[in-house]
Amino acid sequence: MGKRINEMINPALRNPEEQKAKKLDLTVAAVLLAVLLVFLIVLDNVLPQNSFTLMLIPVLKKGAIYSLACVSMNLLNGFTGLFSLGQAGFMLVGAYTYAIFSIPSGQHNAVYQYFDGGAIKFSIPELLSGVLGDTAGSFLGSIICIILAGLVVAAFAALIGIPVLRLKSDYLAIASLGFAEIIRAIFQWNGLGAVTNGSNLLRKYTAFSNMKIDIGSFSLKFSTLFPFLIAGLSILVIVLLINSSYGRAFKAIRDDEIAAEAMGINLFKHKMLSFVISSFFAGVAGALLAMYQTTVQASTFNTTMTYEILLMVVIGGIGSISGSCIAAFLYIACSEWWLRFLDSGAIGSISVPFFRDGFRKVVFSVVIMVIVLFFSKGIMGDKELSLSRMIKKSKAKRAARAEAKAAEGGEAK
Amino acid sequence: MSEFFAANLPYILSGISVGGQYALIAIGYTMVYGILRLINFAHGDVFMVAGLVMIYMTASLPMYISIPIVLVATVVLGFIIERVAYKPLRSSPRMSVMISAIGVSYLLQNCALYFTGGLPQPYPAIPFLSDSITVFGATTKMVTVITPVLTFILVVALVLLINHTKIGMAMRAVSKDFETSQLMGIKINSVISATFIIGSALAAIGSLLYFTNYASVNPMSGSLPGLRAFVAAVFGGIGSIPGAVIGAFIIGICENIIKGAGWTAFSDAFTFVLLIVILMVKPTGIFGEKATDKV
Repeated sequence: MGKRINEMINPALRNPEEQKAKKLDLTVAAVLLAVLLVFLIVLDNVLPQNSFTLMLIPVLKKGAIYSLACVSMNLLNGFTGLFSLGQAGFMLVGAYTYAIFSIPSGQHNAVYQYFDGGAIKFSIPELLSGVLGDTAGSFLGSIICIILAGLVVAAFAALIGIPVLRLKSDYLAIASLGFAEIIRAIFQWNGLGAVTNGSNLLRKYTAFSNMKIDIGSFSLKFSTLFPFLIAGLSILVIVLLINSSYGRAFKAIRDDEIAAEAMGINLFKHKMLSFVISSFFAGVAGALLAMYQTTVQASTFNTTMTYEILLMVVIGGIGSISGSCIAAFLYIACSEWWLRFLDSGAIGSISVPFFRDGFRKVVFSVVIMVIVLFFSKGIMGDKELSLSRMIKKSKAKRAARAEAKAAEGGEAK
Repeated sequence: MSEFFAANLPYILSGISVGGQYALIAIGYTMVYGILRLINFAHGDVFMVAGLVMIYMTASLPMYISIPIVLVATVVLGFIIERVAYKPLRSSPRMSVMISAIGVSYLLQNCALYFTGGLPQPYPAIPFLSDSITVFGATTKMVTVITPVLTFILVVALVLLINHTKIGMAMRAVSKDFETSQLMGIKINSVISATFIIGSALAAIGSLLYFTNYASVNPMSGSLPGLRAFVAAVFGGIGSIPGAVIGAFIIGICENIIKGAGWTAFSDAFTFVLLIVILMVKPTGIFGEKATDKV
């Protein structure tokens, strides 16, 4: 026991084999990330637009955004044990904050046409463009807007958290769902139209397609890389948090609240911390989603969206970051791309009777039910994707097989 | 005061009517929660499916056959959902059952989306319920008057069932203590099935009354009434049937008065604020029993 605690406090005391395995995993991850980086730049700039890349690019962008949304929900549901269903509400606030502060002032009259050009007359990317030039302005401006979106959502969450986090399990779920609905009603209310544009769309703000550097006549595009960078950095921060002493406190609360409290963990403080941080990244994901969609409307951030994100987390495995990411990409790829044929009414040229609009979603939800009922651990369970673990596993398997063979041989004699 | 009533009479009337319809849904939530400690997220969608079945049945069959079919179909649906989606998870953590309920809700909505093609389907006029009637100088549909009466009759019948029959006693025992009642020889699965059957039947009746007031049914039209009914159940003290009914009437009336005052955008916000206030101040609701947490 004492040794274990020492290891927890000082990672250097861990056995060298474990450290070697960790090093291997980190190296592999770094190499894969570098390859991904190069691939995304090539995809954005070099590869020609054909039917394949036209499907691939949106799936990658949306997948990255939903990965972040899932991981932030997983931080709350999987690592702190707070079953919150407010994700869509937080993403809505993030998306709106981003959009409101990045609509160019010249477009205000067009966007807020029913509200006299709106109340907010400036745009952060535009202000920065005036100082730093167009390219740096739009990059830095949208990053500032994204961070601002996260901060606004975090502030919201801190307010909501005071009452909500005192509730337990399913009451917490229903109260956070309620808050998400209230947020949606408020953002659609015409009384705030000068800021939120009421129930109308927000549009014409800086989107992914604006993320490019013009060099003479050639322009270097970052429209796919950008969401990956932001989502990747955010997920990295969450991973670091989970592996810190705060993360261990979160897990302790998840496993047993009363025991955790007895060990001196301040329950409310840690729950609040987890809630606020998770909401911050939900807000970032919302801002990225706004950039992806190029328009924002409050009515799309409904409970179905929260349910979808929750189901992705469940498919990936509650309590696994890599599982959430894999599940998000799989889910988005299936629903936007691979299962599209179910809606089209035919496979190739053969028409199939039940295939028509909406069939894809039916098949999809049946698959989800099967996963929920029979594979409740999801893809990864609560483990992380790790090369060294896979190697270890296959080695153990091989050893077991060899042993079995040897035993067989022994018996034959 | 009398001025307030005179000005708001139509809203109060429709509030009472909607309240009765919420009450019928809320009973389903409260009974299931009382026994399984599960928020049956799919209940609102069962209610929506009942509305859709009615539409498809009346398209080819006369009314007096369609209505029984709707009742039977809804009951069967509720029964199947419990057997397929909740029963296998009986020994799993509560969170997994809740996720399963969310999955069922998602499935039902997507099936409805597939069958309706995403278009709102016009709800048929039920002859007697849709007739106009004048109450205290306000003209409404017959359903406005019928709903509270019917709700009252059904609730009394249900309370009698729970207090004076064997299955009712079993239900009370199971909601008090799941494991002990199992040890006492109560067939837990049939009790749970009975709960789902009663809840679904009431939801089907609720849908007949509710959708008569609305022009159409779409795949999402079950989710909000479902959430409101759930709030009503929490408000009244979850697990308590009279509590759910009173909570539903209060929510129905308040919501309609708020709409009448021109704050339609905030009628749902009010419902959820009420929920959060209740959870903060008295988490067991007005009629709920005090629960003690054992470590």
